Amino acid sequence: MNIRRRIFTVVSLFALATIAVVLWAPTVGSTSISLPRVFDTTIPWHENVDAQIFFVARLPRVLSGAIVGASLAAAGVVLQAMLRNPLATPFTLGVSAGGALGAMLAIAFGLEVGMMGVSSVPIASFTGSLVATAIVYWLASSRKRGLSTNVLLLAGVTLNSFFSALILFVQYMADFTQSLRALRWLMGDLDVGSYTPIIAALPFVVAAFGVFACLPRTLNLLTLGEDVAAARGVEVVRTQRLAFLSTSLATGAAVSLGGPIGFIGIVVPHLVRLMVGSDHRIVLPAAALFGAAFTVLCDLTARTIVAPLELPVGIITALIGGPFFLWLLVKKS
Amino acid sequence: MKSACGLRLAACGGRFATCGLRLGACLVLLASFAPAAQSRPQRIVSLVPALTEMLYAIGAGPQVVAVSSYDEYPPEVKALPRVGALLDPDTERIISLKPDLVMTYGSQVDLQAQMKRAGIPTFDYRHAGLSHILATMTELGVRTGHATEADRAVAAIEARLAAVRARVAGKRRPKTLLVFSREPKTLRNLYVSGGRGFLHDMLEIAGGDDVFNDIDKESVQVSIETILSRAPEVILELRPEEIPAGLPMQQELASWARLASVPAVRNQQVLFISGHAVTVPGPRIAESVERMAKALHP
Repeated sequence: MNIRRRIFTVVSLFALATIAVVLWAPTVGSTSISLPRVFDTTIPWHENVDAQIFFVARLPRVLSGAIVGASLAAAGVVLQAMLRNPLATPFTLGVSAGGALGAMLAIAFGLEVGMMGVSSVPIASFTGSLVATAIVYWLASSRKRGLSTNVLLLAGVTLNSFFSALILFVQYMADFTQSLRALRWLMGDLDVGSYTPIIAALPFVVAAFGVFACLPRTLNLLTLGEDVAAARGVEVVRTQRLAFLSTSLATGAAVSLGGPIGFIGIVVPHLVRLMVGSDHRIVLPAAALFGAAFTVLCDLTARTIVAPLELPVGIITALIGGPFFLWLLVKKS
Repeated sequence: MKSACGLRLAACGGRFATCGLRLGACLVLLASFAPAAQSRPQRIVSLVPALTEMLYAIGAGPQVVAVSSYDEYPPEVKALPRVGALLDPDTERIISLKPDLVMTYGSQVDLQAQMKRAGIPTFDYRHAGLSHILATMTELGVRTGHATEADRAVAAIEARLAAVRARVAGKRRPKTLLVFSREPKTLRNLYVSGGRGFLHDMLEIAGGDDVFNDIDKESVQVSIETILSRAPEVILELRPEEIPAGLPMQQELASWARLASVPAVRNQQVLFISGHAVTVPGPRIAESVERMAKALHP
């Protein structure tokens, strides 16, 4: 099959499946609602419980799940290709740990610096991600040869451990109820409750995806080795810089929106590769779409399985993603 | 004399010998317990703020020599040394204070084992329902030599609770959501009272019907969807600090305003009760129940 046609077919199939999930998810939940009533404009807003459950409780959750899932999965694909390391995740380079530390500080010190309807925790988390990105970038950039992926990886992993220790320290020093809140934040939560945090995260995610869109062909060459890529005319250092900064932006925005939801960034890229092969022109968009659908479905499970209680979404992503991935791995090998 | 008796019984046959040994063991046990029951601990260390409050309420305050890092009430505790808390008790410091009774939380099993090894008695406690608070006060009274004062304090609390019950009796009980934690200015990470525990009991006495009565948990993390579907008529939010009137209060109310279909929001029945006392399961519960009742049935 012509490669263009194959890209179009595969990506369209993933897109259709994702759209179906995103449209279906808000209609299901712990309460049963009537769709005709949801869209009945003759009922005043303050009396229409069904419409409120749909638009206030479920839709923002589904949308934030889709954004977080797409961002983490796409960032995972880019980082694995750029670092040529199948174990790389959006959380490997310390960005999410920086975000988590920011959130912990905001929770522990009761920071109240909300801006334009976004509360202090996501703002502090995003700031933490940016600080971590800047530190890792500064460490890995040398004047002589640009960006070293080895240093990037090592600096990221070390910074991750360092930030994790600081997170534990802040939690340990915090008040008991604050520690509980902090711990809960680390498990991931998509019940954002309004559209404001989504709108605030969107520009960064869009900018990151704008960069991702230019990367697939270069990533294909980079996976063969930096020298091969350079010989084929790839501006290796520039690509690595762009890839690192855009994945950091996407990860920072995703973590500030839903907390550090684990497993999506590593499992989804590999799952998609097992399904569609390793051409990044297909893997990157397919992983973003699959990540969105996967996260929305995990959150759907989290909010319905023990209703009216709910489970943290991070637990579900790992519980479903892990065995599913292992099954596919065994089946394919 | 005792052993002679045992020996004599032993001579009469195995059955009697067992009998004699049991009698002997009982006497020894009684002898070892008798002084403990009479002695009154003079150096108490409390790692549980609720228990500290109880000790002061029953007149055992002067016997307290150290408290946890979270203790704030009564004001006298501010002058006392701090010895850590639930997760980080400073064992060395505790032992160095030579306590003769240490108040621990039920989950502090390591600390309890260490105290046992050091020969220091402990009083283990776990948060439970409202009746448990009163039972604990009575038990503490016996243990610290203030049984009469404890009975008096418990009776006073019971009388105030009975007065609240009488005041709200026959009144319509609004479906109430009791919130005790959430992320400031948003509706994220909402923790509310379930159908068990002292907060639930307090709400029931104050004349409210807990909307999460059916969930057999003390604290429940709920989603926005569940709140919308349960449609509480009153939202009672407990806050450690007072929310200043004006903009901060408007911002707090604005978070709830998104749930326009909830009767509590529609009828402006989102109410705040502030102060640390409300969330401490100690002797100040009577006052907290009165405040809740006043909010629910002005």
